[in-house]
Amino acid sequence: MHELSLLENVRTILEEHARSQHFQIVDTITLEIGALSCVELDALRFAFEAVMKDSLAEHAELTFKRIEGQGRCFECGQLTPMRELYDVCVHCGHFRLEILSGLEMKITELKVR
Amino acid sequence: MCGICGCGDSGQSGKWVPVKSVNLSPLISYPLHHHGEESIDKSRLIQMEVDLLSKNDAYATKNRHYFQQHGVFVLNLVSSPGAGKTTLLVETIKVLKDVFPIAVIEGDQQTQHDADRIRATGVRALQINTGRACHLDAQGIGEAVIQLGIENNSFLAIENVGNLVCPSAFDLGEAHKVVVLSVTEGDDKPLKYADMFYAADVMIINKIDLLPYVDFDVARCIAFAQQVNPSIHILELSATKGDNFDEWTNWLRSSMQKAIKSHAP
Repeated sequence: MHELSLLENVRTILEEHARSQHFQIVDTITLEIGALSCVELDALRFAFEAVMKDSLAEHAELTFKRIEGQGRCFECGQLTPMRELYDVCVHCGHFRLEILSGLEMKITELKVR
Repeated sequence: MCGICGCGDSGQSGKWVPVKSVNLSPLISYPLHHHGEESIDKSRLIQMEVDLLSKNDAYATKNRHYFQQHGVFVLNLVSSPGAGKTTLLVETIKVLKDVFPIAVIEGDQQTQHDADRIRATGVRALQINTGRACHLDAQGIGEAVIQLGIENNSFLAIENVGNLVCPSAFDLGEAHKVVVLSVTEGDDKPLKYADMFYAADVMIINKIDLLPYVDFDVARCIAFAQQVNPSIHILELSATKGDNFDEWTNWLRSSMQKAIKSHAP
C-alpha cells in the first residue's frame, strides 16, 4: 500500500503550494498516471479520503488522466504500445523496448480557491 | 431577506445567485450565494508538473550525493519475505569484513531480530521498524546514516522490508537495487512482480542448492527477468551452502573499488 505514502506526499505538496500561491481550499486534484506506473488507481481512491482528512483538500475531488504506455523497439526501431512492463514489440516480437511513456505519476492540475 | 446569511441586501443585480454547494459539516449542505460584483467565483486552476515521488526523490538525491562524497557503496536489497536477504548479508560480511568497512541498515515492520543477526558478525547495524509501513524511504535512510556513523570508503547494505511491491518505487540513494529471488518461490515472479524486476539492476537467484528438490526452472526465470529488464545482471548462488558465492563477493569487491576510485580526488 505505497499509495498511502504517495498521497501523503501529495498532501505536503498541496500545503506548500497553498502557502506560496495563496489558496485555502482545494476542490479538484488531477493526477497524471501512466499505465506502466506502479500505482493502483483503486488504491489511490481508497486511501485518498483518509489521507486528506482535516486538510485543505478534505472535500476535494480526485480525477485521473491516464497515460498509455508506449515503447520503442531496439530491434526494429518501431513504436509499440505497452500495457505491461514485460510486453514485447507488436511488430517483431522482440522484448528489448525503451519505454517512452507510461511511467508517469504526477500532479498536473489543481482547482483551488 | 436572505434566509441563510440574514443580510437584507437584495444585491446590485437584484437577485440571488447560487454559486455552488459546499459542505459546512458532513451532514448539512448549504447553497452559497453572493451579490453582484462581490459574486466573483474565487476558484482558479493551477497547472503544475510535480512527481508524486518528488519528496522521496529529493531526499534520495541528497543521500546519493553524501554516499558519493564519502566513497560509500550502497546496495538496497529487496525480495519477498524469506528469500534469504539476511543470510546473504551475514555470509557476505563473513567473507568481506576484513577487506573493507561494512555497515547495515535493516528494515522490518517489527523486531530487532535481523539487526541482532548482523551485529553478531561484528559489524554495525541499525534496525528501522517501519510499523505499518511497507517500505523504507529515503528520508528514513538519511536519518539512519547519521545515527549509524558510516565510515568513508565502506560498503553499506540496506535490507528493505520483505515485499516485492512497494519498495520498487522508493529510491533510497543506493547505487543498485538488488532483488533476491529464492528457488523455493515461483520462477515466474519476475513477471508477476514486474515493477521490482524493472527497478533492480541485479537479480540474485538464491538457494540453488535446493534446485533438485523444487520445481523451479532457472532458464525460464532468467528469460522472464530479461523480458522485463534486458540489462539486469544475474547471479545464481546459495548463501547457506556457498555455491557460486565467490561470483557475488567478487562483483561486490570490484563495485567497491569503482566507488572508492570515483571518490578519490
